[in-house]
Amino acid sequence: MTDARHAVRKTGRHQAKANRQLLYKRVESMKVVKIDKKKWDQGLAALKGVYRIFSPVKMKDAFEFKALEENENPDLGGLNTRLSAKGLIYPQTEAMFTYTLDESREDHHIMSPVETDYSPRAVIGLRPCDADAFLLVQRNFDTPQYKDPYWIDAYEATTIVGLACENPCSTCFCTSAGSGPFNETGLDVLMVETKDGYILKSVTPKGESLIAASGWNDEISPEEAQKQIEPLKTAAEQKISSVVETDQLKNKDAMTIYNAPFWDDVAFACINCGTCTFVCPTCWCFDIQDETHKTEGVRMRNWDSCMFPLFTLHGSGHNPRGEKVQRVRQRFMHKLKYYVDKYNDGIQCVGCGRCVRACPVNIDIRKVCSLMNQPENATCAAQS
Amino acid sequence: MLGYIDKIREIGERLFTDGKVDVVIGFAKGSMPMMNEPMMARSSGDLQKMVWDGNCGINLANYLTNRKEKIGIVAKGCDSRNIVTHIIENKIKRDQLYIIGVPCKGMIDRRAISKAVPGEVTEVIETRDSIRVKGRDFDETFDRGDVLQKNCAVCLHRNPVIYDELVADPVVEQTGIDRYEDVRKIDSLSTEEKWRFFDDLLSPCVRCYACRNACPLCYCPTCFVDESKPQWVGKGIDDIDIKTFHFLRAYHCAGRCTDCGSCERSCPVGINMRVLTKKLEMDCKDLFDWEAGLTLDKRPPLDTYRPDDPNNFIK
Repeated sequence: MTDARHAVRKTGRHQAKANRQLLYKRVESMKVVKIDKKKWDQGLAALKGVYRIFSPVKMKDAFEFKALEENENPDLGGLNTRLSAKGLIYPQTEAMFTYTLDESREDHHIMSPVETDYSPRAVIGLRPCDADAFLLVQRNFDTPQYKDPYWIDAYEATTIVGLACENPCSTCFCTSAGSGPFNETGLDVLMVETKDGYILKSVTPKGESLIAASGWNDEISPEEAQKQIEPLKTAAEQKISSVVETDQLKNKDAMTIYNAPFWDDVAFACINCGTCTFVCPTCWCFDIQDETHKTEGVRMRNWDSCMFPLFTLHGSGHNPRGEKVQRVRQRFMHKLKYYVDKYNDGIQCVGCGRCVRACPVNIDIRKVCSLMNQPENATCAAQS
Repeated sequence: MLGYIDKIREIGERLFTDGKVDVVIGFAKGSMPMMNEPMMARSSGDLQKMVWDGNCGINLANYLTNRKEKIGIVAKGCDSRNIVTHIIENKIKRDQLYIIGVPCKGMIDRRAISKAVPGEVTEVIETRDSIRVKGRDFDETFDRGDVLQKNCAVCLHRNPVIYDELVADPVVEQTGIDRYEDVRKIDSLSTEEKWRFFDDLLSPCVRCYACRNACPLCYCPTCFVDESKPQWVGKGIDDIDIKTFHFLRAYHCAGRCTDCGSCERSCPVGINMRVLTKKLEMDCKDLFDWEAGLTLDKRPPLDTYRPDDPNNFIK
């Protein structure tokens, strides 16, 4: 571990922020570098001295994000990861406080914040859709009114190196969901695989700092980079065969969609598991739990799912969304209508297609979105 | 098996016309290769959307729980055994059902196929004995028998055990099958090895509960993992909590599980939790000569009590 990282680890949250400012000092022009495969390992080793690196790695049958060990390399050859990158910033289970119930101790029944490692991290090889999803999730965790320190600190500590997606899946529909296979929104660096290596294009000062720290310095002009990237981008976009229709969602009356006749059919197959919400990069709901073992306890938050009946169960025993169809409707209404109305910036979906691929009973958000987009055309025939 | 759909539609139409059922539960063509979607037809028009092929692996008995209508239901061997279990456990009444029995030749293991080809599967052509799989840069054909779901490969009850009508002649049941090779292999491990095996088996679990929710047996109004007073199990991704969920759920299925494979099929991270339920199935076979869901006339061994039980431990 380098001194810089060691220092960050040792100190608390405020010191971490100061160190980050050093690492991300602002620079004027955005750099583009070319790297051949030989220099890749070198730069990666250099980055490991400054950042904790998270990348897709093949585990058993699937690609998942993982903190790289000293001798481990990113595995960038696969299709998209099974779970999204959401958990890197917003873990499925996160300890917030610890406490003791031991009354012989002075600090009993007092919540102590958990020290979390917010030293600089870099995510290398996530897809542009997942990076864009962070910005959608940010709307929930980082608002003028409410600041979620856990999410914000983790997000600020992270430099995002997105791998342009040259082989999208048949279930990907990013281009009609406000993102795209080469989309730079939410990225600090765009990384494009070329015949003989990669082109790294910094998008933000954070990205600039990462490139500087890597030692990759074979600079090319932005124009030259663009010339190489553009045809690849066009080719990738043309491979996206799947679309969602969203143009009418904003105009339609929420209650017309809510009361549309198709919900029973959409929901019939649903088994109310949490798969769609857990694989989704933009589902942000959580539940806070205290877990006590004897006298010692942890307050933690866990991903929750609007598909679970427990999600809305009141202390009184009443459940406003006690029926499956209500829960299924809620998830789609939130993503495709309430969010659209509230933020006026498209749907709460980046088109990664994970829910389509992972749903055990093949409920397909693309079909549901089309139904919601034209509710007056819909009959009960949701399956058609 | 591919010719079944005409017969399924014909029976469904007759049931609607004769007013024998309010709805028919079956499968609609999925939006992705190797996926079909459970559906409920409310009129004969809806039956046109139904399909039958090797991708109907979800257990439809799960959709019967506590329903009040008169229901026509398409049932493979395993579905029919879970219907039996449902009837015994008062989750549905026999006279509410018109069971359209489907002699089954096994369902396709979509994960095994995806793993065996070098890219994303975009098209699948199923014939009687083969599965042809196409993607961007490949076109491969598999023998059907080589790519069956693991539970289907060792299935001993392909024909429905209870039905009102069969869509075709019964298929030949598999013989000479060793159902428990995998369980015995785990049995033979040392304690430490077993622990490592279970660690590895369950490490990808995200606690989405797809296995539980796809299971026709898991119909408790509140599952033990959802109880809060008392809270039996932690809610996070602590590995002991995850193991507790999977092990306890398996025990709740002892003597009831038909190894329909819906749990494994549904799991978004590909966990084979069937090894847990199969161990209990094997024990029930060894101890009580019991197989779940074969008859309406006997209660499962673990929900009966006899004062004259030959075993001493119960007295």
